[in-house]
Amino acid sequence: MLNYDIVVIGGGPAGMAAALKAKECGVDSILILERAETLGGILEQCIHTGFGLHYFGEELSGPEYADRFISLVNEKNIEYKTDTMALEITENNVVYAVNKTDGLLEIQAKAIILAMGCRERPRGALNIAGTRASGVMSAGTAQKYVNIDGYMPGKKVVILGSGDIGLIMARRMTLEGAEVKCVCELMPYSSGLTRNIVQCLDDFNIPLYLSCTVIDIHGKGRIEGVTIADVDENRRPIKGTERYIECDTLLLSVGLIPENELTRAVGIQLDPITSGAVVDEYRETSHKGVFACGNVLHVHDLVDYVTLESQTAGEGAANYVLGKSSEAEYIETKGVNGVRYIVPQKVNIKNEGDIKLYFRVGQVYKNARIVVKYNGEEIISRKRPRLAPGEMEDVLIKNDMLKNFAQGGKIEISVEV
Amino acid sequence: MQKNIICVACPMGCGVTVDIDDNGEILSVTGNTCKRGDAYARTECTNPVRSLATTVKVDGGIYNVVPCKSAGAIPKEKIMECMNIINNASANAPVNLGDVLIKDILGTGIDIVATNHCPAK
Repeated sequence: MLNYDIVVIGGGPAGMAAALKAKECGVDSILILERAETLGGILEQCIHTGFGLHYFGEELSGPEYADRFISLVNEKNIEYKTDTMALEITENNVVYAVNKTDGLLEIQAKAIILAMGCRERPRGALNIAGTRASGVMSAGTAQKYVNIDGYMPGKKVVILGSGDIGLIMARRMTLEGAEVKCVCELMPYSSGLTRNIVQCLDDFNIPLYLSCTVIDIHGKGRIEGVTIADVDENRRPIKGTERYIECDTLLLSVGLIPENELTRAVGIQLDPITSGAVVDEYRETSHKGVFACGNVLHVHDLVDYVTLESQTAGEGAANYVLGKSSEAEYIETKGVNGVRYIVPQKVNIKNEGDIKLYFRVGQVYKNARIVVKYNGEEIISRKRPRLAPGEMEDVLIKNDMLKNFAQGGKIEISVEV
Repeated sequence: MQKNIICVACPMGCGVTVDIDDNGEILSVTGNTCKRGDAYARTECTNPVRSLATTVKVDGGIYNVVPCKSAGAIPKEKIMECMNIINNASANAPVNLGDVLIKDILGTGIDIVATNHCPAK
């Protein structure tokens, strides 16, 4: 059996930032497990720019953003194993993993940081009727084919879902010579950034059909076309609006799901809204010494926020290992009236710093107010010119405010129009 | 002539209308809610620019392609022409992040640089 103070599962931006922070806080015995061939995670295939504006103050591509952390991991001599799949974590913080050279690994950790990221919602989760033709794939799969393998998966493309990955791939496929026929979005608004709608669709005259979905897939061996239709306010297809679009590729960009199989199997409490663990302000889960950060905790829109959150988790894990964790008296946080969720879900009021609460709204609002209440009493109110489901919001709870709270209290955040 | 633009200077996404006379002079910018919107709309009407990110073929590398980007923004109407040049170019492994792969593409003064490493096979 191997022994490490901290085992980090996942070597993407979350895992690397957490490991680096833990090292900085004084923990030397750290191991990162990564299932891909290299560190970097999904950033390696996100070759477009726009990463790092908040954290580095410059606009980087995904591989460049990842490379800054990979270089630091090497410089600080943090151990990692690539091509290594974590299989299980136990109640005693033993990690089982497997790779081709070591075979089965059994690793006793003092603390574990979960940084497995998320995966794309597949076709099976959508119940689209039609044949099982090839050429139907997630937008991220196509992104890997084009950007890593240098292989174009098709020539005539329909994209279902207007999340950022779908928009980015509409542009990418067009640049490489494919004809992107349209992007269909079930909702009456796009969940992607406005910037991406302008620069990925409008620039190339790619139509975006809102309140529209794919209702049938045609073709035997290879997909030959799709039937799309407009949907009503209950997202049901409207009879008579069906039209056929010829295509050889259908890309799905219909949401991301945190990859929490390991978390669930060991019985860590999950939040049904985020599909990630329930955590405190250091991102410690319901299981002592197990922390979670990045997209495995909740799906982020910017990697910069993943980095910040993971540094918090890394610090928390280091404090735990070094026996510096403070005593705990928790209050609960809850999103109400337009706020879908808040991370962290609980806060230790004995914490000596300020606490940032991150949250997401359920629909688009203009000129709204964010109201924070403690046990029903308003403590913070902030104006926001625009709120959208695709953009994570945050609010800072100052430590002197925290000191006035009592164990068992409740913070609620709501939107008021 | 009137041009309608969606401002992308921030996430607000304001709809901005630009009035242009027959000589291409901008007469007015309306609909923006801040100064940045005014500036964005003017550039977008006179000289729209974009940064380009794509891949270049690699010979003898562990991967078939290496990602690259334009080191600065290039005129929007030259994007497809740049793609054509980049897709006909290739690099020899090893490629390092930051390597200049194509100098001064299309006389724009902008280099195409590698954004990742590609070790030799």
